[in-house]
Amino acid sequence: MSKDGNWAGGKIGHGLCMAPLFVMAALAIGPLLFLAGGSLMGGNEIEACIRPVMNGEEGYAGWHFLPLYPTLRHLVRVLFDSPEFFQMFWNSMKITAGTLLGQLIFGMTSAWGLARYRFFGKKVVYMLYIVLMMMPFQVTMLSEYLVLDWLGLMDTLWAVILPGIFSTFSVFIMYRFFCGIPEAVLEAARCDGAGEWQIFWRIGIPLGASGIISALVLQFLECWNLIEQPLTFLKTKSLWPLSLYLPQIRLEEAGFALCASVITLLPALLVFLAGSDYLEQGIAAAAVKE
Amino acid sequence: MRQKKYTGWFFLLPGFLGVSLFYLIPFLDVVRRSFTQAVGGNFVGAANYQTVFTNQAFLLASKNTMRFAAVCLPLLLLISLGIAVLVQRLETWAGFLKGAYLVPLAIPAASVVLLWQLLFDRRGFLNGLLHLTGWDGVDWMNTGASFGVLVFSYIWKNLGYDVVLWIAGLSMVPKEVYEAARVDGAGEWRCFFYITLPGIRPAAFTIVVISFLNSFKVFREAYLVAGNYPHDDIYLLQHLFNNWFRDLSMDKMAAGAVTMALVIFILVCLLQKSWDKN
Repeated sequence: MSKDGNWAGGKIGHGLCMAPLFVMAALAIGPLLFLAGGSLMGGNEIEACIRPVMNGEEGYAGWHFLPLYPTLRHLVRVLFDSPEFFQMFWNSMKITAGTLLGQLIFGMTSAWGLARYRFFGKKVVYMLYIVLMMMPFQVTMLSEYLVLDWLGLMDTLWAVILPGIFSTFSVFIMYRFFCGIPEAVLEAARCDGAGEWQIFWRIGIPLGASGIISALVLQFLECWNLIEQPLTFLKTKSLWPLSLYLPQIRLEEAGFALCASVITLLPALLVFLAGSDYLEQGIAAAAVKE
Repeated sequence: MRQKKYTGWFFLLPGFLGVSLFYLIPFLDVVRRSFTQAVGGNFVGAANYQTVFTNQAFLLASKNTMRFAAVCLPLLLLISLGIAVLVQRLETWAGFLKGAYLVPLAIPAASVVLLWQLLFDRRGFLNGLLHLTGWDGVDWMNTGASFGVLVFSYIWKNLGYDVVLWIAGLSMVPKEVYEAARVDGAGEWRCFFYITLPGIRPAAFTIVVISFLNSFKVFREAYLVAGNYPHDDIYLLQHLFNNWFRDLSMDKMAAGAVTMALVIFILVCLLQKSWDKN
């Protein structure tokens, strides 16, 4: 659009506008630096920093972003000496993998059907999906509980995975991308004698790939951060995902907690970094008109 | 089109069965339950709704939830729109900034619980900073200030999401219009009010709805930092539903869920209508 030089008020105006942008960015990234530094700090150093919070002493907690005496002690303890952390890491993995895999199977086909075919009841189903997508967990909580209880799935990982598979949000994202494939491509394939399933498999999936990945990235971040569902449907602590376990660690073990937080964060951060383009596309898909 | 009538259903059906099983059919059961007794299942008419609407906790939680949405939605929408407009014109830093704003989306709420505790404690980082400026600070989590903490958490988490949405909306305004306006001598502000604002209206509806829905997820931060019974000012509907669930008050939950579904449904429809009219 306009060159950087075109700002009203020239260079000074430019600087004034830019400053808040970078302050906001610093606020957004700050917690990452805090966690990264803290995970390398020794127990004594952390305690010295946050003693006022722990014991209510006079003065205020302080922090240094670069540890004075870096150590890997907490990291080693989290990785090799805390079986419960490992257990919950796997629970999180199972929940996330199960949900994503299920969405690939059920969500993708649903989105394709809704996007590319005209059939009786399509409008109603689409409306239902949109409305369902908008309902917060508290609205569907009792419904989900009733079914899970009826199926005898309460207090198993399935109680979190199965409803997650049929979340209509990812159907909506994939639907948006599938709609963008030109009909002419599909018609051409039909003329060449391709069956509907073949068209979906050979044309729909490859051409809609960015939408599918977008949906998966968004859903991964959501699954990894799941709090309400496991809190409601899982009673046994050994089934809990990391998101419920971390807050249980007490302030006295701040070093351990920081390290565990970082390791919890890593998979999400990796997915985020690898898929940030797709993430942006997925988010933007909702705002752009069909 | 040379398609059979049922091909669409063939693709849709597996997913639709799941959605029906886990969401649609049980919700009908919830509607039925909202009119019956929790124990025994006798029809009681609107009695459950009456109980809920006169329930002190429900009134408090509804008030807080609405107040939260009323404060944080305009704040987030304005800040993110401002940032999007500025970021969109940058040539060098745009990608980095957009990425940076999205980082909080990837940080699980559980990972920042400890930081939040240390930040907002009576003797925490924030008060330490404020102390330097000569102000004594407040007990953020245990007073009305906790509401501010919640608003901050929500904006921190959702800023990037909304910036990306606004930028997508902004990119749909044709550039030629700006150029033509500039040639005619329109300044930055005139361009913004007469071209940008009308141009992003179609995207605005979706962005408002999505931001509203994401506002329900702030419960995660609230719950993780303050537990089941936080300060009265941040006792949200989400806390209430959790507590009802623990007490197995099925009748109240059913009536509450139906009410909430209805309110959200009406809200979304109203918003869509008001936007279509313009």
